[in-house]
Amino acid sequence: MIPELGKYAGAVLSSYGLSLALMAGLVILSLWRGARVRRQLAEIEARGKKHD
Amino acid sequence: MSLWEYANPTRFMRTSGVLLPWLWGLTGLSLVVGLVWGFFLTPEAENFGSTVKIIYVHVPSALMAINAWLMMLVASLIWLVRRHHVSALAARAAAPIGLTMTLIALVTGAIWGEPMWGTYWAWDPRLTSFLILFLFYLGYMALWEAIENPDAAADLTSVLCMVGSVFALLSRYAVNFWNQGLHQGATMSLDKEENIANVYWLPLVITMVGFGLLFVTLVLVRTRTEIRARRIKALIARERMV
Amino acid sequence: MIALLLRDLTLAIRAGGGFGLALTFFLIVVVLVPFGVGPDSTILSAIAPGILWVGALLACLLSLDRIFALDHEDGSLDLLATAPIPLEGVVAMKAAAHWVTTGLPLTLAAPGLGMLLSLEPAAFRWLVLSLALGTPALSMIGAFGAALTVGLKRGGLLLSLLVLPLYVPTLIFGAETVARGADGMATATPLMMLAAITLAAVALLPFAAAAAIRINLR
Repeated sequence: MIPELGKYAGAVLSSYGLSLALMAGLVILSLWRGARVRRQLAEIEARGKKHD
Repeated sequence: MSLWEYANPTRFMRTSGVLLPWLWGLTGLSLVVGLVWGFFLTPEAENFGSTVKIIYVHVPSALMAINAWLMMLVASLIWLVRRHHVSALAARAAAPIGLTMTLIALVTGAIWGEPMWGTYWAWDPRLTSFLILFLFYLGYMALWEAIENPDAAADLTSVLCMVGSVFALLSRYAVNFWNQGLHQGATMSLDKEENIANVYWLPLVITMVGFGLLFVTLVLVRTRTEIRARRIKALIARERMV
Repeated sequence: MIALLLRDLTLAIRAGGGFGLALTFFLIVVVLVPFGVGPDSTILSAIAPGILWVGALLACLLSLDRIFALDHEDGSLDLLATAPIPLEGVVAMKAAAHWVTTGLPLTLAAPGLGMLLSLEPAAFRWLVLSLALGTPALSMIGAFGAALTVGLKRGGLLLSLLVLPLYVPTLIFGAETVARGADGMATATPLMMLAAITLAAVALLPFAAAAAIRINLR
């Protein structure tokens, strides 16, 4: 499945791996923080409605 | 219907909410197609062996590292001139993405440099400028974090972004001058993008589009988060007032 | 505005260490380097231009946060901002006072420290000239950084993080001038670039710094 990379296999694989890991980390962090902030906002808005 | 209507946070939230699923889909599609094509289906290049495949992560991330800064500059200007909060928040949202892209470009460049140049790091003008760009991103983000008042933070970071852009550009030329001054004639050239064969060109364009879409998508997601965080702050402040 | 410059200078001298502190720091950096790299004079003379410039830059950085911080704390910055003289002028004068208390003594002391690092004899005048031309830019850029962080509690470290990348072009052209002077090459190009950076910084950055102070005082 993995193509013949010759003697540079380590370099190619590690650069793809690191790039994908960094991008995945960024995406996951963004989504995670987005979800957390959205939950907090929902909570606070619900609390605000109760007071009204 | 003008572009400025999206400066209204509510409108921005609604439109971006509709757009986001599509953007995620397109981003995933183009990234998967481009990277799989680049990784599995490109032949080895004469001088570079299989390391030529690294350009499919290196070049697009380098491109987006610079474009992210340009986008921040434009967003900062819009904030300073027209005082649209969404614009300031978008600039803030873009900085960590630009930072990550710069890091990817640096890391993949280093990994590529090791077999090609025999060293992970050389004080080559391009590498050095990217390292400086990395420092600029760090400083910009640190300034955002440090200031309490959101409007003052937006103003000050915008000023920093404008001054920083001038100095980043200046550093780019200074660094060029500096290295050529040390050893005449670049011993290592990165000009393979310029005379690249068609086999490599098409997947490269697709990955560039993919990285660009990923940037847009993430900026939207993060801007939405920032808008919500701002709203939470406002609501908490109002609760305290009551 | 002259009165303001004199006031800042008097304050710096009276507070003690206004002139001395940066200079002492510069001396210590230069003395520490041979301990780190060894006493071999060929190596030292090769790296001397860079060390002297980096040392001057760090010494300059050390006193940056004091440009506006003290005036901000006792409220005189608010008075200056509402005074009939333009805030841009105030900023320029503050940077000038900073230069007189750090950049100028550093420039004058540099030849002596160059001797410690066995700098090439031909390079001494280029060292003095490049520092004289370059350190005003360091003070002005630093004043801009200080203006950005003036209201912050833990501004010192952030200030360094913001200012150091902005110092890169000045450092490159400054050290390059000295290195070329040491090798007997033409130094006109880096010197002109250095002068251009300084002139542009002095002409434009007061506006950016004054804008930052207005935002911080809002």
